Amino acid sequence: MTSTGTATVTLPTDEQIMVVREFDAPRELVFRAWTEPDLVRRWWHANRGEIRSIEIDLRVGGRWRYVMVTPDGQEVAFHGVYREVVPGERLVATEVYEGMPDAEAVTTVTFDEQDGRTTATLLVQHARKKHRDAHVASGMEDGLQDALDLLEQVAQSLER
Amino acid sequence: MRRMARAATTADVFNAVAEPRRRAIVDALAGGERPVTALAQELALAQPQVSKHLRVLREVGLVAVREAGRRRLYRLDARALKPIHDWVAGYERLWSERFEQLDAVLDELKTEGGDAR
Repeated sequence: MTSTGTATVTLPTDEQIMVVREFDAPRELVFRAWTEPDLVRRWWHANRGEIRSIEIDLRVGGRWRYVMVTPDGQEVAFHGVYREVVPGERLVATEVYEGMPDAEAVTTVTFDEQDGRTTATLLVQHARKKHRDAHVASGMEDGLQDALDLLEQVAQSLER
Repeated sequence: MRRMARAATTADVFNAVAEPRRRAIVDALAGGERPVTALAQELALAQPQVSKHLRVLREVGLVAVREAGRRRLYRLDARALKPIHDWVAGYERLWSERFEQLDAVLDELKTEGGDAR
């Protein structure tokens, strides 16, 4: 394994999250790993659970849905619709965490290759700051269950 | 850090930097300590407005001040940003772990070489 380092997360505006990471591979391969279900199911879990299903209909207007099950049986699902698909270069899709269905975000992923290495830039655009904040907070704990509890609390606090 | 419901006052670094002009002040002070007049000029803001924002930033410990002759110089104390750093760090960890798995997938795709389409 030759890459890597950590993903860099920044908050460019009140409604955005940006994640940047360089990979030691050409962008065609990074794009494949990002968009082929059998490959996605091998990395998206982040060691926080088991993938139950990865559905990807990679075309404009096509749906995607990722479902993971945590060690204590909790189902975590995200889904959305592709808005732009430029193979090897760029993906734009909506994204909804099903536990918080009102907070739809739009995610843009770009893949830039230089000298055989690819930088993936993931920009998540939320409609509201509080949704963005809840999204960031969801990754705050190592245990996903904790994150879900937190998300739930944030969601409840939004309802007041 | 378990900070679920943040107090709706400015006495919290999250709220302090939620204001774009206060972030601009923080960015400017990252370049070194300055008097309020220099900040006002740099950011094209009225001096009383800058003073008001500096007060909020001082309340949360993000900005410190010292007397230098007749001038008051403001400086950044970035340690106060740690709660925000911690808050983002967990999300960073999630993606870092995801990407470590992705590295392994890519290594495999690379060794497949020519038969990978």
